[in-house]
Amino acid sequence: MPLVRKSDLWLALVGASAAVLLLLLLAHPAFVAKRLREKQQERKGLVRELQLTDLCLFTEASYTRHPTQADLHTPFQDHPMSLEHFPSGSVVMPPHFPGS
Amino acid sequence: MKWVERQRYFVDFTLSSLGRRKGKNASLLLVYTLIVFLVSSVMFFSSALRKEALTLLDEAPEMIVQRTLAGRHELVPLRYAKEIRGIRGVRSVEARLWGYYYHPASRSNYTVMAREPFEHGDDEAVVGDGVLRTWGTSSGNQLTLRSHSGEAIVLKIAETFSASSDLVASDLILISETAFRRLTGLPEDFATDLVVVVRNPAECQTIAEKINRMLPDTRPILREEILRTYASLFDWRSGYVIVLLSGAVLAFFIFAWDKATGLSAEERAEIGILKALGWDTSDILGMKFWEGCVVSLIGFLAGTILAYLHVFFAPAPLFAHALKGWAILYPTFELNPSVDLYQIGILFFLTVFPYAFVTMIPAWRVAITDPDEVMR
Amino acid sequence: MIELLNVTKTYNAGKQSEFTALKGIDLAFDANRVIVLKGPSGSGKTSLLSIVGCMARPTSGRVRIDGRELTSLPERFLSEVRRSSFGFVFQSYHLIKGMTVLENVMIPAYPIGVKRRLLKERAMALLEKLQIASKAVQDVQTLSGGEQQRVAIARALINSPAFIIADEPTAHLDTDLARELMAILADLHAEGRTILIASHDSLVFESEIVDQVVELRDGRVVGHC
Repeated sequence: MPLVRKSDLWLALVGASAAVLLLLLLAHPAFVAKRLREKQQERKGLVRELQLTDLCLFTEASYTRHPTQADLHTPFQDHPMSLEHFPSGSVVMPPHFPGS
Repeated sequence: MKWVERQRYFVDFTLSSLGRRKGKNASLLLVYTLIVFLVSSVMFFSSALRKEALTLLDEAPEMIVQRTLAGRHELVPLRYAKEIRGIRGVRSVEARLWGYYYHPASRSNYTVMAREPFEHGDDEAVVGDGVLRTWGTSSGNQLTLRSHSGEAIVLKIAETFSASSDLVASDLILISETAFRRLTGLPEDFATDLVVVVRNPAECQTIAEKINRMLPDTRPILREEILRTYASLFDWRSGYVIVLLSGAVLAFFIFAWDKATGLSAEERAEIGILKALGWDTSDILGMKFWEGCVVSLIGFLAGTILAYLHVFFAPAPLFAHALKGWAILYPTFELNPSVDLYQIGILFFLTVFPYAFVTMIPAWRVAITDPDEVMR
Repeated sequence: MIELLNVTKTYNAGKQSEFTALKGIDLAFDANRVIVLKGPSGSGKTSLLSIVGCMARPTSGRVRIDGRELTSLPERFLSEVRRSSFGFVFQSYHLIKGMTVLENVMIPAYPIGVKRRLLKERAMALLEKLQIASKAVQDVQTLSGGEQQRVAIARALINSPAFIIADEPTAHLDTDLARELMAILADLHAEGRTILIASHDSLVFESEIVDQVVELRDGRVVGHC
């Protein structure tokens, strides 16, 4: 009477999943490296050429679009205790000032 | 080998045991997988974005000099450039003209930048893909902007930045200096800020201090600070990541707590039977440990694989919504798959084993009692 | 040979529900015998079986098997003795629900780590002997009472124990099945095992296969024959 051993089934599943994960973690990056690096070079070139300082991630406000250029006060707008206007603003910290 | 065989028997037993309540245990596995998926996704995403930011912004200007007035960013007079050029060790000083333009029709904020020399005409612009996507005008190849004085300025789109540069140029509108001043009303002898190039990069800090001393209302921003800002932005300790993770962590603890608060009478009776049949305490606990691992190992592997696919293949559709916030414009980008194995290792040890132990603990007391309770 | 020397068992000591099930039991059983513990419920039969079968420790007194002192053994060794020397058939069988007959029979041998193929063969052989091999892959709760008992017996035999202990085995059986059971026990006895049965069923203690009857009342031995 053919009874597949349950632990064997489970072990096979774990083994297969682990293999897939390792393949993704170790092999996939190398696989896409060339194509993605070309695109990255393009971006780097643009940063250099246009003298950019920030990534275009949160475009709602100046201090979220250019967090590295923001002064200490803009995020607080009119008053240091004033509430945040934009969701991303509560998440983007003001830059670290040397000596402050 | 006997030890290995014993562990395999425990797994057999535990699988049969879990299989009796297929629905309940399937949903347990699902929840576990979901939690690992969320946490791993956040980890992979922030880590990859961070790396990308640091790689790209390594090309950012070495030093930017801003002027401040009453603590706020002010326009910098061009004569400051002349004075800075006089400092020993400074190779060149260039003016940067940039700012924001709010377009009411699409309710989006765009970054306007001037570049000299500009390869196109004063009535032309090079725009990012995001601008095209969101501008929303029906006039095809043109953008109509409203200048500072209310005048309408029509810009023909001469060129667009490729979609792959979205991460840095999605909202960019690049025009000539003349067009910029006309649009914004920026006075002739002023600029937004200055880009300073130094001869010896090691002297950057010293020269920044000199500039600050010479022109006390300036604020030099070094490339290292730019990189540090982005490094901390996507650090797991930053607000962004914590907000996303806290939900998942909370769910995990509720989940684990539920498991840890005890065995049903049925489960207790079963442990009694096993003891009566000759299983000792370490056998019972070993079996319970595997009961936890059986679920947590599959959950961990499935969650991590799905997270990887979600972030690096999909890419990260779930986070797009979270990151978008109120911004209409969200860049499309494909992240370079770079995964910190250390982080995965930590996640593994923080989820797989605690879950197994949490399954073991309630069985402890029962496992050490004498089995004659069973006979009663 | 099993020896009990002045064995006492008290439950819930110090609490209001304190109850002494066994009071100073002195007994000796020779190997390869069929022994019946007779007495009304509450006489301490089950407690006595627990202690003999290494499932509980006496509150005071000693238990020896083949001269080997059991009462002071640490838990791990006691479990090992329980597993390898004793096969239990409980009154309510205590089979693990939701699992197959075959699995239930194999479970007592899991901690030993025998190769699965061998274990499976051994289990199937026992099921065949007890004539329920056809139900091997069924879940135990789908079986009738008598069939479940035979599974319980097969399970008790998986580690080839020297002692078989049965607590009120005929309680849920009709006369025919009860006689069948006694026949099975007779076979096991013929194989050289010691059989210990607790029962207040006359069919059991008056059976011709029984060598010794010990009568218990209120936790004491009141008769021997």
